[in-house]
Amino acid sequence: MNRIKEIFKKLKEKKEKALVAFVTAGDPNISQSLNIIKSMCKAGIDILELGIPFSEPTADGPVIQKASARALKQGINIKAVFKLTKNIREFTNIPIILFGYYNPIHLYGNKKFYIDAISAGADGLLVVDLPPEESDEMTNEWEGDKLALIRLIALTTPRDRIKKIANSASGFLYLVSKTGVTGSAGIDTSLSSDKFKIIRSITDLPVCVGFGISTPEHVSAVASFADGIVIGSAFEKTIEKNINNSELESIISKQTVEYKKATKNP
Amino acid sequence: MQNNKNKKMPDQNGRFGIYGGRYVGETLMSALIELKQAYNKFLHSPDFKSEFNLLMKNYVGRPTPLFYAKRLSAQCNGAKIYLKREDLTHTGAHKINNTVGQILLAKQMGKSKIIAETGAGQHGVATAAAAALFNMECSIFMGIKDIKRQAPNVARIKLLGAKVIPVDSGSATLKDAMNEAIRYWTEAIEDTFYVIGSVAGPHPYPAMVRDFQKIIGTEAKEQILKQTKKLPDILVACVGGGSNAMGLFFPFINDSVEMTGVEAAGKGIETGKHAATLGHGTIGILHGSKSYILQDNNGQIKEAHSISAGLDYPGVGPEHSYFKDLNRIQYVSIKDKEALNAFKILSETEGIIPALESSHALAYAIKEAPKRSKEDIILVNLSGRGDKDLGIVLEQTNLDIS
Ligand SMILES: Cc1ncc(COP(=O)(O)O)c(C=O)c1O
Repeated sequence: MNRIKEIFKKLKEKKEKALVAFVTAGDPNISQSLNIIKSMCKAGIDILELGIPFSEPTADGPVIQKASARALKQGINIKAVFKLTKNIREFTNIPIILFGYYNPIHLYGNKKFYIDAISAGADGLLVVDLPPEESDEMTNEWEGDKLALIRLIALTTPRDRIKKIANSASGFLYLVSKTGVTGSAGIDTSLSSDKFKIIRSITDLPVCVGFGISTPEHVSAVASFADGIVIGSAFEKTIEKNINNSELESIISKQTVEYKKATKNP
Repeated sequence: MQNNKNKKMPDQNGRFGIYGGRYVGETLMSALIELKQAYNKFLHSPDFKSEFNLLMKNYVGRPTPLFYAKRLSAQCNGAKIYLKREDLTHTGAHKINNTVGQILLAKQMGKSKIIAETGAGQHGVATAAAAALFNMECSIFMGIKDIKRQAPNVARIKLLGAKVIPVDSGSATLKDAMNEAIRYWTEAIEDTFYVIGSVAGPHPYPAMVRDFQKIIGTEAKEQILKQTKKLPDILVACVGGGSNAMGLFFPFINDSVEMTGVEAAGKGIETGKHAATLGHGTIGILHGSKSYILQDNNGQIKEAHSISAGLDYPGVGPEHSYFKDLNRIQYVSIKDKEALNAFKILSETEGIIPALESSHALAYAIKEAPKRSKEDIILVNLSGRGDKDLGIVLEQTNLDIS
């Protein structure tokens, strides 16, 4: 949790915005997944979102659906995600946010998940299909507050609801910049920038923007107002395209460097 | 027996005990809140009620008859079997009660486009028909496995002017069609109304679909009292998502009447190839609500299996989970083979070709009737007609039609 606070503070001093990278844990397999994440960290990502694969990813477009299916084929479960988290912790100190759907977490056990996530070195959790109306059943079982609960705000979220969401969130807020699933192309920056202003008038929590961001141009446009930029499908697309390419890690690394550049001096 | 508190289910947050709720992404929350408000506002308005009732009568063909299956009962040599003839509704299954209700609501809300998921295709046909009636653009999501095994319904959907969107992800059946419909809706909530076909999904769908389907039980109660001067001893209905069952059961929930929901045992529970979610599932979250589901040890959803596309679903409506835990409703399962056998028996004894889904309920009634006294009444929900299933039945049995 403190890692999240520190990174936003540090970035503010450097006049940079956070580059948040999403990848599905264990895609295309455990060892390659670890190497991909390693090269992303070296290339300068500020926060890692590690996806827990689920068989029914209803908030995801085809790219992340396929990534999730590839990881499941490798037998990735929550235990394996925690193991990967531990391995990542060995080489980086950036915040790691676990990102998933509720059913696997619910079955694993909310109390146990909290304990194991922290001991693996995770800093936060985002559960896509657990709005504030439903999340007490999970957080009531958390014995402590070491795991930030990152929450989503959509373009369709009305003002009074933003308040409710912000009040029960910690770490940062994730503004979904498109009314749709992940990976849908393009982003209307003015819509998210307007929404961002409303959120900012309600809370001081950092706000990261994601969904539909795929080019350095998008990144710098969003960096001009938001505190962080989330890239998911664009990375997963690169993985999918280069799954048998021995250059995959250096391709991902170059892509990351381009994005990171666009977060500086917004 | 239960007291009236059941009538207040679900609570404000869409909870039936621990089940139900709204487990969806934030983008959909505003759509669900809007839907709930519209539903609360219109459902009890006299204008909405009278328009719904008129359509039930003149478009759907209600009330559907309650028919005493004399020859079938004689053959079983036990309890009397009565059939609630939902197969005689327009489009041939109970699904139309719900689609007319929801599309009427969509119209009130000013939505111009309709989407729906379908398994057997009955909900797809019923949605397409109601959409045509109200001049709305309609798209139906259907798994490619179901498109193949329910070809006649695919043709009907298209004839009714709707688009069929094939879904090839996952098991390419109902659960995947629902995933895809949810994804599409997330992008189109502004002008699109999602017509869910069963008492499943996030709040308010389970309650809303039940309320549109309870006309089945309300009629059946009046009819059985008129015909026999007593309440039935046991109600039997098949359970896919659970809408025809809840529609029949709900008006009897505070009466001293046994209720049995019949799930699909597919190739046999022991083979793992079944759809007996309530009988053999565990508690989890699927498609926006907490309920019994079929899942593996890691919380990944398992594929369901049934010869009947309408029962081939690894989830079930949350209200069923609630009544299962209370032991108010009993849940059993029937294998593919037993359902096929019941399909033939009803055709030959009563001249009624039942849907394969409904054949599961019938198969259980046929097994149960001989164990009961001749005074007992088994009321079976004949949820749909079987024309759509002729292809599979001919393929699976040695029926000689030459
Ligand atoms: C005739 C018929 N009966 C039953 C079902 C199962 O649905 P439910 O359990 O919601 O009634 C279907 C679904 O397609 C159906 O077509």
